[in-house]
Amino acid sequence: MDNIDVIIVGAGSVGVPTAMALGALGMKTLVVDGNPSPGQGDNKRAIGGIRATHSDPAKIQVGLRSLEIFSTWSTIHGDNIEWLKGGYLFPVYREQEEQALKKLLPLQQQFGLNIDFIDPEQLRRIIPGIDPDGLRGGTFSPDDGSASPLLAVNAFARKALENGARFHFNERINTLMVEKGRVVGIQTDKGRYRAPVVVDAAGAYSRPLCATAGVDLPVFPDSHEGAITEPVARMFSCMVVDLRPGPGSKNYYFYQNSHGQVVFCITPDPPIVGTDTRETSVFLPQVAARMVSLIPRLKALRVRRVWRGCYPMSPDGSPIVGWSPQLKGLFHITGMCGQGFMLGPGMGELAARMIAGRPSELDKAAIAVFSPARQFSGVREELK
Amino acid sequence: MSIKRIQSHPILNVPTDAEVPFTWNGTPLTGRDGEMISSALFANDIHVFGHHYKDGSPQGLFCANGQCSQCLVIADGVPVKACMTPLKKKMAVQSVEGLPRLPEVADKPVLEPPVEKSVAVLIIGGGPAGLSAAIELGKLGIETLIIDDKDRLGGKLVLQTHKFFGSVEDSHAGTRGFEIGTLLEAQLLSLPSVQIWLEATAVGVFSDGIVGVVQKNVYRKIRPEKLLVTTGAREKMLSFPGNTLPGVYGAGAFQTLVNRDLIKSSERVLIVGGGNVGLIAGYHAIQAGIQVVALIEALPRVGGYKVHADKLMRLGVPIYTRHTVVAAHGDAHVEGITIAALDEGWQIIPGSQKSFAVDTVLIAVGLAEVNEFILKARQWGMDVYAAGDAQEIAEASAAMFTGKIEGLKIAKDLQRYPGEIPAEWDEKATILKSRPGAPVHREPPPGEEGVMPIFHCQQEVPCNPCTSVCPEKAIRTEDDRITGLPYLVKGATCQGCMACVAICPGLAVTLVDYRKDPDHPTVTLPYEIWRDRVKKGQRVPVTDRDGAILGYYPVQRVVTNPKRYPGTLLVQVKLERAAAKQAIGIRVQEVQVDPSTVYEKAPLPDEAVICRCERITAGEIRSSIRSGVRDMNQMKALNRAGMGACGSKTCRPMIRRIFQEEGVDLESVTDRVDRPLFVEVALGILAGERKGERDG
Repeated sequence: MDNIDVIIVGAGSVGVPTAMALGALGMKTLVVDGNPSPGQGDNKRAIGGIRATHSDPAKIQVGLRSLEIFSTWSTIHGDNIEWLKGGYLFPVYREQEEQALKKLLPLQQQFGLNIDFIDPEQLRRIIPGIDPDGLRGGTFSPDDGSASPLLAVNAFARKALENGARFHFNERINTLMVEKGRVVGIQTDKGRYRAPVVVDAAGAYSRPLCATAGVDLPVFPDSHEGAITEPVARMFSCMVVDLRPGPGSKNYYFYQNSHGQVVFCITPDPPIVGTDTRETSVFLPQVAARMVSLIPRLKALRVRRVWRGCYPMSPDGSPIVGWSPQLKGLFHITGMCGQGFMLGPGMGELAARMIAGRPSELDKAAIAVFSPARQFSGVREELK
Repeated sequence: MSIKRIQSHPILNVPTDAEVPFTWNGTPLTGRDGEMISSALFANDIHVFGHHYKDGSPQGLFCANGQCSQCLVIADGVPVKACMTPLKKKMAVQSVEGLPRLPEVADKPVLEPPVEKSVAVLIIGGGPAGLSAAIELGKLGIETLIIDDKDRLGGKLVLQTHKFFGSVEDSHAGTRGFEIGTLLEAQLLSLPSVQIWLEATAVGVFSDGIVGVVQKNVYRKIRPEKLLVTTGAREKMLSFPGNTLPGVYGAGAFQTLVNRDLIKSSERVLIVGGGNVGLIAGYHAIQAGIQVVALIEALPRVGGYKVHADKLMRLGVPIYTRHTVVAAHGDAHVEGITIAALDEGWQIIPGSQKSFAVDTVLIAVGLAEVNEFILKARQWGMDVYAAGDAQEIAEASAAMFTGKIEGLKIAKDLQRYPGEIPAEWDEKATILKSRPGAPVHREPPPGEEGVMPIFHCQQEVPCNPCTSVCPEKAIRTEDDRITGLPYLVKGATCQGCMACVAICPGLAVTLVDYRKDPDHPTVTLPYEIWRDRVKKGQRVPVTDRDGAILGYYPVQRVVTNPKRYPGTLLVQVKLERAAAKQAIGIRVQEVQVDPSTVYEKAPLPDEAVICRCERITAGEIRSSIRSGVRDMNQMKALNRAGMGACGSKTCRPMIRRIFQEEGVDLESVTDRVDRPLFVEVALGILAGERKGERDG
């Protein structure tokens, strides 16, 4: 296989839209993944929330572009990716969350985000049946939403193919190939492929991938469990994020998808570090107790399936996107910290512009913030 | 009083409980307190439980076993499986039209987080295998918890009104299945180290070694040292247009309705599949007063025991071999079925279509192991064992043996049993699992004097109770093998006690008595259908083995021995000498239903629904395969096949089959990834809400 401009390792939430964007810029791309089809790693374990209401300007910018791609996809390209504009809602019961959220509002609004703090009455109209006891209101961003990661990644893969990308599935990547101080391709269990640029879109597996070329990348996965219920008549459309901590957990969040199924997830505390994706018995009782306390009506809702996926965490909670300072030709687009799905399309375009050597003026801030060469301070972004 | 109940049954006692009021979509009805809602609805002739939210298709009972979610109804505001939820007095039951609406709840639930319980052995499934294993463990005093999702023990033994095969000493041969269940249960109840949880459904096996169990609406986490999976099997489904119409369901589901719940669920059925399950279901239908229009089988001969097929044919059920289903017809419910003959290459022979007016089609095309628990437990490295159908699909008699073996293996692995597992147990289990032999032709024995049994048993199956009950020890099997065909030992005298006639599970033994009138010998025929049709003096249509009527003969006498052989009538008729040794049965269905109704609509095979939960058709699966999809997970991502409530329990083998039809090597297909929960559980239960808990 000759004349490949870019090899992308990983056909997931990030790799596939990157291939799509590179193809649109006329670059010949090969995507290689050990899984049998697109999105079979952690993409399918994402619950599907999409928001631009971050607290970092660079992420807001990428988030807005991603949101645009998701929300206009079926109109422009035809595939139904189950986009649902339901908004994000952070209900607040305690002073500390109210203050934290309100503190972010000026910045978010300054970047043009449609977000505001709403009173309890308004909030209860958006989520009927939410526990009114001590409810102080919350922030609501109606332009955010959700889509199916499963359908979206397949739609993006279809478009990537149309844009000239090729995919090799069921092919495990053994090492990055390095010659004369630069990456020249990859070696898989089935063969070797050469290209001047290798994109690390390996998510939770970025660190061991880069280690094969002696590159030390600070991506440390931890695992989160998610679940989906039976479909029921619509109760609410927004993503509900309860920031309060609970026993063994930090925040948890859920939404009702376009089929009427509630999809939910929780952030374990302390984090469960590693790439273990085996289902445990801890998750369901833990999250269920919190959900039925928040919205008692949910108690009759039956859980259908549970799973566990990885968040590729960076030390500061921000994505790692850009050229490796350690190895020429290696481009990272990883460390999405659990937001690979929602940021993927915008991030893919940013990466494609950088790889093609055509970043825009507007990209400059994001390039600096996401740079793999940055100092990883360990201070997390507020709304992670 | 609900109308579709079995009023009398030749084998089973008909309950006489008073009925309680409930409502269906606001209409007042009555049903039995505590019976499953689905049975209460069927008893009121209600078969459509709602309409699917995607395409409005009518939904109804399918598995009757808590495995699928087709029978969803709203009970007192909450969506539940009708087949697993007991009816309560004044319950308001509603059909699910589109998506169910959750009731509004004002109060915050009171929660008590689920507690963890450690046990030495957890057995999932209280059927023949699980009970037998629990008995072995209980005898050794090993702390064992056996759980079952139904409200009684016995598993599918509960549904079996026929006498079992095998041997008397090892597997209760000659005793009816449901009675075996009662015997095993009684034995178990005397063993104090065994705890029994009923209405306890295992819902997941987790990587931290926990088995999640919902017991009477309370979620419990069980940590077993050893896990034994005796979850049995589930029924396979066929792909044909109309295959999800209410009225198309598994033979096992049917047996649940008629034999467990004594519901007259149908008037006329056609059975697809000539294995033992289909053959026995046909017999059970006739016992329930339901007409069996035909049984069809795609193979050149039925795969089940020949004695079962002979029984059906004698009762007047035509068996069409080399036939397949073309389509089921009907708008809201099955109204008819079209079948067609197959050629050597498995293609439909043009012009061979026949349609029957039936209200029910029973699918009995094989069973698949319920193996999700064992696969997960193995994946997590737990100490897991399997017995019965969960290990290998076979007869219940074999399940009792594999249960015993695995029970003892566990005891040994727990170092609580120092001995060896008897070597002959394995041999016996293997024999009991053996497939029936090829049918052979046997001439009746010579001689026309005295009294003698005639064995109409022409196929080797593991069965020998006739040898055990003969007081003269005059009956032996060839080479004394359990599968050998029985014969009367040369020179031995038969006393004419009729025990061999009464015990034979195949109803394949008669007694011909020449002593009183050598020209008109008295023939004793086994009979298990309607007693009022074989009263003394009534002329009955006596048939030969294949069901041909030899003539109408008056009943001389009806002998019963309710204590030793409950349910079996020994009907004596006098026949002419020439016919005496041929006589074996009495026809019940004297009038057969002709294939007359012609259905104009000829649906395409691709209209068959493969994924019932998400309503994905064969055509959609096929086009996905043709577009290049080889990963069942990607197929699911794209078209949602297998994404429904049941977790692809029904559609997975059907999808694999379409891959094969499309010429795709299954080796190149990635199987879907299975995740818990294996049945859906309400968030309130998982959260530990204490309301709704019942004692137990």
